[in-house]
Formats: sequence, C-alpha cells, structure tokens
Amino acid sequence: VVAPIQTKSKKTLAKPGVKNIVLVDGVRTPFLTSGTTYADLMPHDLARAALQGLLHRTSLPKDAVDYVIYGTVIQEVKTSNVAREASLGAGFSDKIPCHTVTMACISSNVAMTTGTSGMIAAGQCDAIVAGGVEFMSDVPIRHSRKMRKTMLALNRAKTLGQRLSLIGSIRMAHLTPELPAVAEFSTAETMGHSADRLAAAFGVSRLEQDEFALRSHTLAKQAQDSGLLSDVISFKVPGRDMVSKDNGIRPSSMEQLAKLKPAFIKPHGTVTAANSSFLTDGASAVLIMSEEKALAMGYKPKAYLRDFVYVSQDPKDQLLLGPTYGTPKVLERAGLTMNDIDVFEFHEAFAGQIMANLKAMDSDWFAQTYMGRKTKVGTPPMEKFNLWGGSLSLGHPFGATGCRLVTTVAHRLQKEGGQYGLVAACAAGGQVT
Amino acid sequence: FLTCAYFVFLFRYLISYLFSCPCLRSFVNYEVKEDVAVIRMNDPNSKVNTLSVQMQTEMTEVFNEVLANNAVQSAVLISSKPGCFIAGADINMIQACKTAEEVTKLSQEGQKMFERIENSPKPIVAAINGSCLGGGLEFAIACQYRVATKSKKTVLGTPEVMLGLLPGAGGTQRLPKMVGIPGAFDMMLTGKNIRADKAKKMGLVHQLVDPLGPGLKSPEERTIEYLEEVAIQCAKDIVNKKIALTRKKGLMQKAQDYVLGIEFVRQQIYKTVTGKVMKMSKGLYPAPLKIIETVKAGLEQGPDSGYLAEAQNFGKLAMTSESNALIGLYHGQVACKKNRFGVPERPVKNLAILGAGLMGAGIAQVTVDKGINTILKDTMVDGLSRGQQQVYKGFNDKTKKKTITSFERDSILSSLTGQLDYKGFEKVDMVIEAVFEDLNIKHKVIKEVEAVISPHCIFATNTSALPIKDIAAASKRPEKVIGMHYFSPVDKMQLLEIITTDKTSKDTTASAVAVGLKQGKVIIVVGDGPGFYTTRCLAPMLAEAVRVLQEGVDPKKLDALTTGFGFPVGAATLADEVGIDVAAHVAEDLGKAFGSRFGGGNVEVLKTMVEKGFKGRKSGKGCYVYTPGLKSKDVNPDLEDLLEKYKLAANPSVSSDSDVQFRLVSRFVNEAVMCLQEGILNGPVEGDIGAVFGLGFPPCLGGPFRFVDTFGADKLVEKMRRFEHVYGNQFTPCQLLLDHAKDSNKRFQN
Repeated sequence: VVAPIQTKSKKTLAKPGVKNIVLVDGVRTPFLTSGTTYADLMPHDLARAALQGLLHRTSLPKDAVDYVIYGTVIQEVKTSNVAREASLGAGFSDKIPCHTVTMACISSNVAMTTGTSGMIAAGQCDAIVAGGVEFMSDVPIRHSRKMRKTMLALNRAKTLGQRLSLIGSIRMAHLTPELPAVAEFSTAETMGHSADRLAAAFGVSRLEQDEFALRSHTLAKQAQDSGLLSDVISFKVPGRDMVSKDNGIRPSSMEQLAKLKPAFIKPHGTVTAANSSFLTDGASAVLIMSEEKALAMGYKPKAYLRDFVYVSQDPKDQLLLGPTYGTPKVLERAGLTMNDIDVFEFHEAFAGQIMANLKAMDSDWFAQTYMGRKTKVGTPPMEKFNLWGGSLSLGHPFGATGCRLVTTVAHRLQKEGGQYGLVAACAAGGQVT
Repeated sequence: FLTCAYFVFLFRYLISYLFSCPCLRSFVNYEVKEDVAVIRMNDPNSKVNTLSVQMQTEMTEVFNEVLANNAVQSAVLISSKPGCFIAGADINMIQACKTAEEVTKLSQEGQKMFERIENSPKPIVAAINGSCLGGGLEFAIACQYRVATKSKKTVLGTPEVMLGLLPGAGGTQRLPKMVGIPGAFDMMLTGKNIRADKAKKMGLVHQLVDPLGPGLKSPEERTIEYLEEVAIQCAKDIVNKKIALTRKKGLMQKAQDYVLGIEFVRQQIYKTVTGKVMKMSKGLYPAPLKIIETVKAGLEQGPDSGYLAEAQNFGKLAMTSESNALIGLYHGQVACKKNRFGVPERPVKNLAILGAGLMGAGIAQVTVDKGINTILKDTMVDGLSRGQQQVYKGFNDKTKKKTITSFERDSILSSLTGQLDYKGFEKVDMVIEAVFEDLNIKHKVIKEVEAVISPHCIFATNTSALPIKDIAAASKRPEKVIGMHYFSPVDKMQLLEIITTDKTSKDTTASAVAVGLKQGKVIIVVGDGPGFYTTRCLAPMLAEAVRVLQEGVDPKKLDALTTGFGFPVGAATLADEVGIDVAAHVAEDLGKAFGSRFGGGNVEVLKTMVEKGFKGRKSGKGCYVYTPGLKSKDVNPDLEDLLEKYKLAANPSVSSDSDVQFRLVSRFVNEAVMCLQEGILNGPVEGDIGAVFGLGFPPCLGGPFRFVDTFGADKLVEKMRRFEHVYGNQFTPCQLLLDHAKDSNKRFQN
C-alpha cells in the first residue's frame, strides 16, 4: 500500500514506533521487446542505466545510500550478483554492499520490501536503492547434463588416453542444448498454458481478454503521448540510437486481435500472443529512505510505503490468482477497505489472468470455498485500475516490473490527487505481493 | 451372489418397464444449444454409467429425436458423472442370458445401434471425461469425433478379455481400422487402460482438453462444462467444414497401411500374435484366440462376416466356464474392496513400519503416497538405507514411466521418515511390524513398541504363518492386535490377508481394512490359526511338490505341469520366489500343527537345501540357478544329487502328468474347503479371491471353490480317494467336500 505525501490525510497509517519510510523517486529504462535495440547488451548494462538514471534524476551523491538490492529472474551466470556489478559500473561507491534477490515476477517487490522492512525499519540503513532487471534478448542456454558431465570429467582427466576416451564418448544426444522455459518446475506447465486454464476455469471469454488487452494498449498509448510516463529515462545504447520510449505499445483493433490463433492451448485455447505480456528487456530503480533522512537531505518524497504482504497458493491450479488472495489481506493489515483505495496498479501477466482475478474477487462462492471468507473480496473499479497501461502493453521485464508498479502508483496518486494506492502482482510458484 | 445380481437386473428391468414414458427419461436426456444437441448420460442408480437395457433404450429414443429434430445439425455425447463416461456394458445383462444365442442377440443389438451412430448424417462428438471402457469405448469410436480430458481419471480401453469376453459391439471391427492391426490387438488382448495423451497419439481421440482448477464452480463440474463447450465448438466446426473428418495420413501411417495391405504380412501378424497368446495362456483362455479369429474374419472376409463372427463368438465366450470364472473374480474383487466392518473410530494418519526389509519397505511404498505420514524403522543403518532406496526406486520408476512427475515423487517421499529409534511413535495410529519371523523376536518387539505408543494405536503383525494369538500373548492390549499378511512384492501383489483373533476388536479390524483399502489392496479377512488361510492352502501343495521332486520329476517338468494347469508361476519357481528357508520354516511349523496330513515330501529336503545355501532367488540358488541380468535360468545341478539321497519310488498308478497335477491341486483345494468348514474363511468368495490374488491359483478356474463347482466335487473326491489309497490321509477329502460330492445341487458359488 502506497500513500502520497502531499494530500491531506483522512487517516494516518503511521504506526507508533515504526519509522515512516518514503519513496523518494523511481525511474526505469524504456521497456523494449526482447531482441530489439538492447539485443547486444548484458543485464548489468540495463541495470546500470537505471541506476545512473536514478542518480541523475535525484542528484543523489554516489556514497549517500547504504545498500543496493536488485531483483532478477533469469540470471546471467557471469553476473549472478547483478546488483553489485551494476552499482559499481554506475559509479556508486565500492563501499556500498549490494545483493540480488529472486522471486519470479515479483523479484523487485522483494528487493524493495527487503530494503524497507528488513533494513530501514530495522534500523540497519537509512537509505537504499532497490531495483529490478530482466534481459530476455539473451538467456543462458546450457549444454545438456550429459555433455556438462563429460566436460567436467575432461577437466579432471590426467592422461591423454583418458581425455581421448572421454571425447570419444560424446554422442549426438550430448549436443542437444537445454533451453530455459517460462515454466513451473514443480508442474512443468508453462505460464501461458496455466493462464489459459485459469481463464477457462473462470469462464473468461476470448472477447473479454482481447477487450482488456486493447484497453491496456490504448491507455498506455494515451499515457505515453501525454507524457505521463515520467519514470522512463532516456538511454543511449552503445552503438545504437538513443532510446526514450517503450516500444511494445500497439493499440490495435478488436478485428485484428480476433485474428490471432491461440498460443498455448491449441486449437480451443483463448490466450494469444496479443492478450499476453510479451518477452521484454528492461530495468528499474527506486530510491527509498526513512522520512527523516529524506527530509534531512532536502528531498520532497513522493509517497509513504506503508505495508505489504506476501501470500502463496497451489502452483498448479491457482498459480496466477495471487492478487485475489493478497488484496484483502494487505487491506486488513493496513486497516483499509477497498473503497479507501484511489489508485490500483495490478500486474497484467495475461489479460485472462486479470479477468480471472476480477471474477474471483467478485465471487462469494470462491471467497467462501477457497479463501475462508464470508463474502467476496470485491473488485477494484475499472476507473481506478491500471489507467496508464500495464504489463500487457508497457512490457514485463520479470525482475523489473515491481518497481514500475510502485513508481506508477506514486505518480498517479499525485496526478489524480488520491490518497491511497495498492499494488498487486502474481508470480510463478503461486506467490504474490 | 449372482442370483442377487439377477434380481437387481430384473428390478431395473421392471423399473424401466414402468417408466418407459419418454417424458420421464432418467438415464439419458438432451438439450439443444444453438444447433447442437447435447446428449447427457447419467445413471441415477449408480456411481458409474453402464450400457444397461434402460440406458440403451433411452439412448435410442433420444437418438431418434435428435435425428428427427430439424433444428439440430450435430450432437455432443457427454456424461454428467465426474470420472466416468461409460464404464462398460452391464455385466448382469450378459449374465442373465441362458444361451449363447441370447448373448449373440444382445451383441447384434449393440452392433446395430452403433452402426446407426456411425452412419448418422448429423455428426456426433463424444466428449470423454473419466473411464471410457468396453462398451463405452465401442460407443465412442462409433461417433464421428472424440474429445477427451487429460484428467488422470480419463482412461480408454477394452477390458473384455479380462472377463473372458471380446468387445462385442463392433469394437473388434472398428479398432483395427482406427489404430492399426498391431495397436488393436495390443488393446484387445491385454485389456490395458490407455491414458488420454497416449490415446491421442494412437489416433483413438482427436482432441484433448485440460482439466481445470478452482474457478466459479468446483473443478470437476467446471471441467465437464468446459469439455462440453469445446465439444460443441468441434461439432459446429465439423458441420461448417472447419474440421475435416478424414485426417491426412503421415508418411509412417501410409507406409504402415501399405505394409498391412499385403495379405502375407497380415497372415504373419496373426501367426505371431496367436503364438504369443498360446505361450502366455497355454491355451487355457479361449477369449484371446476368439478375438484374433474375429479380427481376422473382418479383415479377410469383409465387414459382414466380421460383425457376424463378433456376435457369435461373443455369445460363445459368454457361455464358457472361463468367462464365468473371470466374471466371478471380478465381482469378488469388487466385494473385497469394501469394508464390511464399517468406518473406524479414527482414521490412520500416522503409521509406523518396523523392519525395512523387502516387506517393510514394500508396505511403506504402498502407504506413503496415500496421504499417510509413514515412519520406516529398522535397527541397522544398512538395512534402513536399503529399505529407503527400495521405496525411492519404486517412485522413481514411476517418474521414469511418466505416471508421476519428479516433483510429485519428491513430495510423496517427504511423508516418509527413516529412523532407528522410536521417536515420534507416541503420535502413531498404527504400527505394522515386518521383522524376522521368530516368535521370540516378535514378542520382544511388541513389548518395546507398547512401551512407547499411545493407547489407541493398533499393532499389526505381518507374518505368513505364526498364529496371531501366539504373538498377541505378549501384548497388554490384545484387542488392538491384528495380523496383516502382505504378499511379496507388496507393490505388485494385490492381496492383503487380514487375520483377527477372538480378542481383536471390531474397530481394530475396521481400521486395518481401511488402511489396506487405502493401500489399494484386495482384502480378505480370515480367522486365526496356523497358516491362516493362504499359507495353509499353499503348504500342502508345496509338500506335494517336494514329493513329486523326490519321485524324480525335475523342476522344469514340475513347473510345466503347474503352469499347464493355469498357475501363472510353476511350483518350483514359486518355492524359489517365496524362499526355500521360508518354505522349510512353514512346512515344519504347519507340520507340527496339523500332523501327517501336511506330510508328503520330506521336510529334510528343504532343510538340506537351506543348509547348502540354496535359499531360492534371493541367494542366487534354489531349485534353479539365478544369474543376475539373465532371464533364463537353469536347474540347480547340485539339487539332483541332493534329491538322489531322498529318492522315493514313484507309483505309476498315480504318476501320470494329469495325476501329478491333480495331486498338487486337490491338496490345495481340499485345504481351502476345510478352511471354510472350520470357519477360518468367511465365505467361498474370499476363499477364491485369496487363492487367485495371493497364491496365483489359476484365474481361468476362478479359485478353488468355483473349481469344485465346475469340475464337480464328486469327480474330485473320486480322484482324491485314488491318491489316498496310495499315500494315505494327505488326500482324505474333508467333510464339506464330501457333502458337496454327495449332493450335486450343493454349490459354493452360483
């Protein structure tokens, strides 16, 4: 739950004995469809660009933060602690410790909450940078297990004879590479397949999904054109042009969308390439401080970061239902109701997933049968929901989306004059924040 | 109990007669959605749909209405029952027939109905969720298109062969065309269940639908609804030609079709398949041969001959004693999958097994994946580690076969705790001990365990011969002590023999049966006594087998004689599998308990074998020599010298092949009947099930009791008297058998 600084408070969510924690500012690189302008970079390059953008935007001295935390999902093995590589490269002091966290699509949420509750609230730090990065233009493709085993044995082989016999043992099957899949390890089901089943379980039609996707793209385009996406920084890509806009926003027509074939469940599925979020490259960063520190440094913080909750459920059949479970919980923790919230930013993994969550939140039966509640959660009103587009249109670099959502809520609260904002995102493994 | 089934049949018939008004259809109904008729099946009297008389009558009515309805362009056939499309034809309907001609007529009616479905001008899509077996599968493959859910419960197959029958409603004719001749034989001759994804690959279904999770309705309900939606779309697409019913054949398919188009190749296939069947069945089962004959008739002489052969052979098979025996076993198995002792006071959630040997680990394997927290305790690290590896291997093999995922394997194994001490035993609801078969050790264990378990905990002992009351003598709470006799290998053998003493409480029994059922076992509950039921029947047969060996018959010949009678495993091989040491132990114990009646072969033969280290398969040598990695086995050359020492002169008047077979079998059967006479057995059904599923008594004979009925008690007694004359009281028929011999109206089974 995010609350802005400027508006007059209807009720304060400050807790006695707990420091007020504020979002000073947040930035992100433009989110680009993977395989486009960022194609030749490495993940830490993107993260570095976001960090440099944050330094520039906030005029933060390079030694003024106590800690840097990054979230990422598919790790580049050379830079497994990508937070450290990016921070050093961005010119932050080498005295600042950095670590990298992972929790699928909510990795940067974990980065932020680790910083807020784990470090600032506990009195370990006063100022931290949290961020996320994902780079899908290049993913680690491995040799097969058999080949790796042979190669490792080759390392240990002492004689030429041993080496030759190992080389001789290589067969065609050894050469088949292992590709990373956007799939659950426990169920071996891909995310899109799961989303399609979820949509079917809640009776979400293809039409509803296409309509929601079109809404996302249309709103994103409007926001982009009217300059609302102020968190986007410009990035001069080495050897390429300056990039300053997201490139996945494509408002189309319902007729165009209807032409697409299902991407995962064939031939009768409803999830298509157009109503799913696409593979994206991008990085984000936010500056978080205790209120005292921010004020002392002369900042005008954008929002209070008040509360959060993580929930998880069955990774097979309820993989993407997290927002339904998490929303009432975090509201109860903060002492708020659905009506108190002025701005909703939900992560749009798939249009079908959002629609399924909305239907689940609107169902008494679901609330009673699966959530142990007496009545339904209630749905967020659409006039408060993802008004500047979402992951479907802006893109979804897995590790970076969480910071984008929080920054967007702060910016929308300021723009729309609201008091409370709520962020929700589902993640692989059936977890949510 | 068949009378009972017959009454059920009559009753249903009566009901169908009374309520035959079409407006009151209760089994089949339909509604029109746009231009698609959705035909829903739901037998109101049963958990599963079967093709009963009423189901067929109503289906025909509905089908006629659908054809006549101008607003309907196509149809979807679906079941409203979660987990069952159609489980098969109504067996009672077949059993109610008195002659082959009546059954043939039933078959022809089915054929006619499915022919109309096949030739329907309006395409029909079968939407399959759950079991689609036998007549259900024949119905589905008569439809123009099939959509199936990928649910684990969705299985397709033709299990008729397991009931001594053949697919009698067009299956033998349609399947070869649909899945190819080899595939069709594989399905019909093994009767195996085929999962949806495999069925898709084989060409048995056209499209798959994923089962759904929680939504706005329960997963089961919504999955059926979703299946219906997808099937309706398919039906529409067939009508508007978006889906073509003639599928493009791949290169492999074309090549296969070409090869199978050559008559010589087909003849070779029939020959090979017949050869395999003869080798497996020893010619004791008529159904597989009739299936081959029927398929051949259709392919070589055209559909008219094929369908006629199918109907006639179906009629003939239904009248065979083998089919009768197999159907009897089917009913018996269903009966032995029920808990006649009621619901136990508290369900077993935590279970401990003592001894991580072959049996202990096997019991753990069938328990741990049933939602029961399982402790596997041993006294030695090595033994425990071996046992845990056995359980792991059991589940890992399933992962390799893709019946479970590696994640499911790991999460199942997280409920298994291996340990050397009694930690956590205070929370355990049941302890099953599977330690060494020695009364003193069992007493020591029962005392140790009772010191740590809570008062409600049940103590079950896995023993094959020690009387339970002797073991319970060391217990402070004999009402909680019960015998659970598992068969090795536990994960493969279906039988569990539960033994109650006169002190065992009813709730203890109910609980043991409930655990056994969860473990997937077929259960017989018998009274206490030396060898209970199964071991007691087996012991005299093994004693006779030893005598036969002593008389100079070699193990291979002995095996051939027993398997020739229908036992799946020969007597010599069985002894090796059970373990010669165990056999010696049992022979000695039961010999003491029952006296000379259990004599015959000299126990010293077995004892000497044990002394020489010939303990059977586990020691690498027994009657045979076992070389790891080799399937074939040679007779143990040292056995011949050993037997020479104990040689007995064979009496030619009782030593023909047939006489040897009957010497072995009659002692088994007589002992089984005596167990019923003495009240060890609750009834002949459990006796038959125990003998077939636990000891491999020939399934085609249906068990010892059905065997007496079909063979004739008088004829059996006559043979036994002849053997008695030579060997004495080991062949004296028991009183109950004599009663049956005197009165040919007396029967154990109907």
